[in-house]
Amino acid sequence: MPTAGTETGRSSFGFWPGAMAGPQIAPVPAEPEPKEPGPDAVLAPDAEVDLAAARNESGVDEVLSKLDTDLVGLEPVKTRIAEIAALLLVDRLRARYGITAQQPTLHMCFTGNPGTGKTTVALRMADLLHRLGYLRRGHLVNVTRDDLVGEYVGHTAPKTKDVIKRAMGGVLFIDEAYYLYKAENERDYGSESIEILLQVMEQNRDDLVVILAGYADKMDRFFSANPGMQSRIAHHITFPDFTVNELERIAALMTEELGYSLSGEARDVLHDYLTRRMQQPWFANARSVRNAVERARLRQARRLVNGSDSRVNMAALTTIEAADLLASRVFERAAQEAQEAQEAQEAAV
Amino acid sequence: MRITQGTFSYLPDFTDEEITAQITYALDNGWPLSVEFTDDPHPRNVYWEMWGLPMFDLKDAAGVLLEVNACRTANPDVYVRLNAYDAGLGRQTTAFSFIVQRPAVEPGFQVIRGEGSDRRVNYTTLAYATERPAGDRYTRNADANGRH
Repeated sequence: MPTAGTETGRSSFGFWPGAMAGPQIAPVPAEPEPKEPGPDAVLAPDAEVDLAAARNESGVDEVLSKLDTDLVGLEPVKTRIAEIAALLLVDRLRARYGITAQQPTLHMCFTGNPGTGKTTVALRMADLLHRLGYLRRGHLVNVTRDDLVGEYVGHTAPKTKDVIKRAMGGVLFIDEAYYLYKAENERDYGSESIEILLQVMEQNRDDLVVILAGYADKMDRFFSANPGMQSRIAHHITFPDFTVNELERIAALMTEELGYSLSGEARDVLHDYLTRRMQQPWFANARSVRNAVERARLRQARRLVNGSDSRVNMAALTTIEAADLLASRVFERAAQEAQEAQEAQEAAV
Repeated sequence: MRITQGTFSYLPDFTDEEITAQITYALDNGWPLSVEFTDDPHPRNVYWEMWGLPMFDLKDAAGVLLEVNACRTANPDVYVRLNAYDAGLGRQTTAFSFIVQRPAVEPGFQVIRGEGSDRRVNYTTLAYATERPAGDRYTRNADANGRH
């Protein structure tokens, strides 16, 4: 008795008896379909394209304006990023006319003092390059020496390659890159890692962007020992130190992000604090500001908890007063110095 | 005889772009990929040799293709396949696995009928390639029958 299944011509997945060829089929070259002039078609040389429209479409303005509002100062950095964005946009339009230039090399080196925003900008860079269609994924892989360099012979190459594979389609950000090369130890595995990096930076230019970051003097030494690296990096961007006013704006942004506000008096004290802190050793720009804000938060909380009035309102909970900043060691030392100076003066008299 | 194992085996061999598209699909689903190779084409040979470790935390197909090409270069005349593993709860198995390289000449299989008692027949599938020792099975100068 024939079953209903066979009558209806049931067939297993991917297999039809008869007309269709079996798996041993040789690849048949598909006939090229007549191309309709779609968005991919090459434009005529006399055609015009709207640069502004292309700009809107890519969403680059959004990233750039966000960069402008979120990051205080850093003018040379912003200029360079705007230049890169413009170049990629123009390259895209050129491609629509059928002009294909080689992809520009976008490996970068960020030099600057601690806390000048190198990592923050690198993160933005990944997003920006992704929006401009230069990077396929636009993620950031943040590594340091110990992620790249192995512990024994033969360990470095696979380790470095592993990191590179993870970074493909995005940005490989090597923080404190100068540690990769140790001049005093010629058996150091770091140079092996650098060799692999150089090779990848040359061959897989379309797949990933390498950004090195480090302090200016140490990076200079690093590059003088590795001239190949120096020449393969097209963009050397120097991050300038922040001025007091810029630091103040950064502090205002940080407190705002944390849901605090500075009282008018606290603002004046902050200005004074930053001026003093900048003169002290180990000043790390925005990072020092962040630490100062964090400590002020702690003091504010303590002041509220230990305060005589147990009833607080929202304003009290969100306002950092001058006293919270004045309790800092920076002022303590200043007071001490003033006192010592006064005592010395008195002794002299 | 062109062996057909794994996903897409009924299709003509993939080009690098098509392989890249499949890798991208796997990565978009969060499946890590691994590369394996063997010179034993028997369908019951499930233990292929691993080319490095499975690649976790990758975001882009270029990294996987790099390993595929490295494996192809090091082993030019063997079978190479790409596995995608789905670690999701409820599945936890190979999501897909397809051949990305095959030897130029595939000699095929022999069926051996072993006659037992009471007209019983035991069937054995024997790959002609495995008549030669491992590592010497597929070479460029093998003739159409796989003999040297």
